[in-house]
Amino acid sequence: MTRSPLRPIAKVLRAREDGIDPALIEAQAKAERLRKQRTAERRRAESRLILLALTFVMAFSAVGYKMTLLAASEPVEPSIVRTTTPIVNQRADIVDRNGEILATNLITTSLFAHPQEMVDARAAADGLAEIFPDLVSDDLYRIFTSERKFVWIKRKLSPEQRQAVYDLGEPGLQFGPRELRLYPNGYLAAHILGGTSFGREGVHAAEVIGVAGVELMFDDFLRDPANEGAPLELSIDISIQAAMRRVLRGGMAMMGAKGASAVLMDANTGQIIAMVSLPDFDPNHRPDPPVSGDPADSPLFNRAAQGKYELGSTFKIFTAAIAMEQGIATPDTMINTAGPLRWGRFTIRDFHDYGARLSLTDVIVKSSNIGSANLAREFGSEAQQNMLRALGFFDKLSVELPEAQRSKPLIPGNWSELSTMTIAYGHGLSASPLHLAAAYATMTNGGLKVTPTLLKTTPPPTEADRVISAETSAILRDMLRQVVTRGTASLAEVEGYQIGGKTGTADKPHPQGGYYEDKVITTFAGVFPTSDPKYVLIVSLDEPEENSGLEARRTAGWTSVPVAAEIVRRVAPLMGLRPEYFDDATNPDVTLTSN
Amino acid sequence: MRGVLLVFGVALVVFFATWAYRVNYRTQEALARVDTLYDQIAQERQTIAVLRAEWAYLNRPERLLALSEKHFSDLKLMPIHPGHFDEISRIAYPVPVVEDPVGDDPLIDMLIAAAIEEILAGSE
Repeated sequence: MTRSPLRPIAKVLRAREDGIDPALIEAQAKAERLRKQRTAERRRAESRLILLALTFVMAFSAVGYKMTLLAASEPVEPSIVRTTTPIVNQRADIVDRNGEILATNLITTSLFAHPQEMVDARAAADGLAEIFPDLVSDDLYRIFTSERKFVWIKRKLSPEQRQAVYDLGEPGLQFGPRELRLYPNGYLAAHILGGTSFGREGVHAAEVIGVAGVELMFDDFLRDPANEGAPLELSIDISIQAAMRRVLRGGMAMMGAKGASAVLMDANTGQIIAMVSLPDFDPNHRPDPPVSGDPADSPLFNRAAQGKYELGSTFKIFTAAIAMEQGIATPDTMINTAGPLRWGRFTIRDFHDYGARLSLTDVIVKSSNIGSANLAREFGSEAQQNMLRALGFFDKLSVELPEAQRSKPLIPGNWSELSTMTIAYGHGLSASPLHLAAAYATMTNGGLKVTPTLLKTTPPPTEADRVISAETSAILRDMLRQVVTRGTASLAEVEGYQIGGKTGTADKPHPQGGYYEDKVITTFAGVFPTSDPKYVLIVSLDEPEENSGLEARRTAGWTSVPVAAEIVRRVAPLMGLRPEYFDDATNPDVTLTSN
Repeated sequence: MRGVLLVFGVALVVFFATWAYRVNYRTQEALARVDTLYDQIAQERQTIAVLRAEWAYLNRPERLLALSEKHFSDLKLMPIHPGHFDEISRIAYPVPVVEDPVGDDPLIDMLIAAAIEEILAGSE
């Protein structure tokens, strides 16, 4: 670069020689320098402006590009943030106490139509009517040619039906996935499981909601994704349930009963091992609730938990318990049984005449109504109410079934002395067989109150739940055992299982008031083995009749008791309960073995 | 000196740009793979659920009972009964295996063979 001097000496000297003013030359040079400087500055400013403009253009186009991208693209979830939880079912499984599946889900297909997109509505209607016999071709055609844009055709399709619809080749017929609740065991445990139906429905999914039973009770738990698909564990055992249902069905048919129920409960925890109510239904195709007739005759009705029956003489054991707890009687105290006992217009009779006096044990063993009524008169209504309240007969069941929780026992509004006397032998108070099961468990397990439950993880009762003393409980067990060895329930004897129990036969109430002459509800409430009670069994038959003799026999001893014995014979070995052959008469602590 | 630095800088930029580019694509590939795996897991779970449902359906007590009755002649299965329990002390001990004191002496076999031959010869 050639540098020009600040003062152009050469030009100034030449100008002096030529006589020109040198200041002019200097001014010219200065002006030239300033011009160059300005040009350079302008150029620099221009380039900065261009750079700035470029930056802005780039920044704005970047923002514009991103905005266009966002506007044009489908919304997707950010792919960097991932859920680590496994993909779980919409609704958790229900399993029994051994983990066998009672309810699970299956993906099926639903079928819907877009009539506007149909190519050949006539062919589609005819084809569908052929695949689904319950659909009528003309009805479908009317729908397909109407103004509607969307119509459900079938909510559940089998794979074969789906293929058949595919083969119609109609673009207006479309499929959606559909989760289906499956009960692989069908009728078994129908009343416990309840059932499900579809809630809000969409094309891509449908909500499965519980409508009854534990499905409704634990709806929130089953649908809670936070459980990560952990199943709901029930206390029931499906193989026991199956055996019990089979025996009960056989017994119901043999006795010509119109309904039957049975409850098998763990005597120490209140866990329900099996609960059957007949007639029953298939929860896979849950029938609609009846619109006419008695709802208690519907298969949907759970006799074991919802039914309210007078449970008859099974209540006498509570009477004996109160008498012993109050200290007014021991098993050997003689009770007046002379009859008939008149109370105002009301007469209390016994099935047979048992003479003037019986010991308390014999009042139970022979099932004397008069003896029980006389005892109740002695301890009074308050003691009786307190005991029955403690046993849960005043409250709705807390078992995990919504139907049962709505059903309150029927207790007399005015608890008169007559009520006290009739309730002492089980008339005048209606409760469910499940109430009775819990009360028998409480009476026999050593006196600790149990609450019936369907959950496997229920803790056993503690000393705080004591209702009667352990001694009274032991005496009651002995009495119940004697009812079987020499009393009304002799047909209940199953060798090796030391069953103890009490029968109860109650006339059915007439809807118009009063009682039927020839219609009864027979109940057997039992516990086994009596030396160390493990299980309580309640069997109840509705209108049974045993016709092997000369005249029809309707007492529990001839109807419910043999059924109960057969249930124990089948079910106890299944539960791994070893038969132990005691000689009851001599020493119950020595097991006789032979070699 | 400046030129060297410039060349070095450009080389560094190219290197890191390539690296970032490759990491980006590898990440996308890994994410896509994770997606596929999740899909597969979901599908497997679905299959397991179907198989479990099928297993429960095929093993329902009602069907097992019918099957055991149908194949009773082969299986001889019957419902468990209180009589099926017994005391261990009542089960007989297995008969002990008594050792043959002679053992595998080849001489014995020879003697037996000779005796058989003799008998056969005698019976002729």
